Amino acid sequence: MAFTNEQLERYSRHIILKEVGAKGQKKLSQAKVLIIGAGGLGAPAALYLAAAGVGTIGIVDADEVDLSNLQRQVIHSTADIGKPKVQSAKETMEAINPDVTVNTYHTFVTSGNVLDLIKDYDFILDGTDNFPAKFLINDACVMAKKPFSHAGIIRFKGQLMTYVPGQGPCYRCVFKNPPPKDAVPTCKQAGVIGAMGGVIGSLQAMEAVKYIVGAGDLLTGYLLTFDALKMEWHKVKLPSDTSKCAVCGDHPTITELVDYEQAECDMKK
Amino acid sequence: MKITVAGKIKEYDDGITVAKLVELENVETPEYVTVTINDEFVESHDFENTTVKDGDTVEFLYFMGGGQA
Ligand SMILES: [Zn+2]
Repeated sequence: MAFTNEQLERYSRHIILKEVGAKGQKKLSQAKVLIIGAGGLGAPAALYLAAAGVGTIGIVDADEVDLSNLQRQVIHSTADIGKPKVQSAKETMEAINPDVTVNTYHTFVTSGNVLDLIKDYDFILDGTDNFPAKFLINDACVMAKKPFSHAGIIRFKGQLMTYVPGQGPCYRCVFKNPPPKDAVPTCKQAGVIGAMGGVIGSLQAMEAVKYIVGAGDLLTGYLLTFDALKMEWHKVKLPSDTSKCAVCGDHPTITELVDYEQAECDMKK
Repeated sequence: MKITVAGKIKEYDDGITVAKLVELENVETPEYVTVTINDEFVESHDFENTTVKDGDTVEFLYFMGGGQA
């Protein structure tokens, strides 16, 4: 597939980068990325991945756009209130870049559907807001050998890490099990500064693009944290011994996906 | 002794336990924090009986859940 003149112009700032080039741009156009959660993290990630010309982007989200989302979920507009987030996101992404095919999945991720959702994608972005979903996505990606970007944001803080099979620890290596319901506050309970989704979600898109074009070093084996009040970044090296992990270790005890109890935050309906 | 806590060099008394350090560093939700010393995990049931040594690098890793709704 050769680029049209219009595509050469659209992607010119990518193509001129030696780490991307026409070859990398072609890889992007052939890549498939799945974004789980079209919210604070998924919204900016989806915008940048669509603009970057990632050929196929899937979006999973069961919710409809709510007025309280618009403070940070920049892919949705006031006119989209009440519309499924996946639909609103698709319309915005297609308006940015008609080259992109957007697949929508208007559902929650569950142990019953997650493997089927991720199976056709090259890279997964976890933009969910609750621990049951985060552990489910981690375990499914480990089992299906899919690379993914994990991220979380709350108040003025955010963090992310990247899992690539065989290249370092998974989310469960670090955090073992979900905390009990309501033991750790959610964004709905504690608040989150809107631009934090933009900072961390954009970095998730960055990791996806780097993975696809094969540029630089990923956040495998590291957790990158950001404190906006102090304007401090901290890159924490994670233990490299994954042998004891319950899901990615040498003798996994978790061999089936688990639906943990959903936190308060996404039980609203 | 000097140790590095979350990227910053700090002065603490010799023989301080991980449990005490968690308290003095005002770790939020201490029951659910993940601790590493020199890039190795310290299990939470070992916080009381693990001491931090001069020159150690200690990290606190927190659950962070938000993003979507
Ligand atoms: Zn693991």
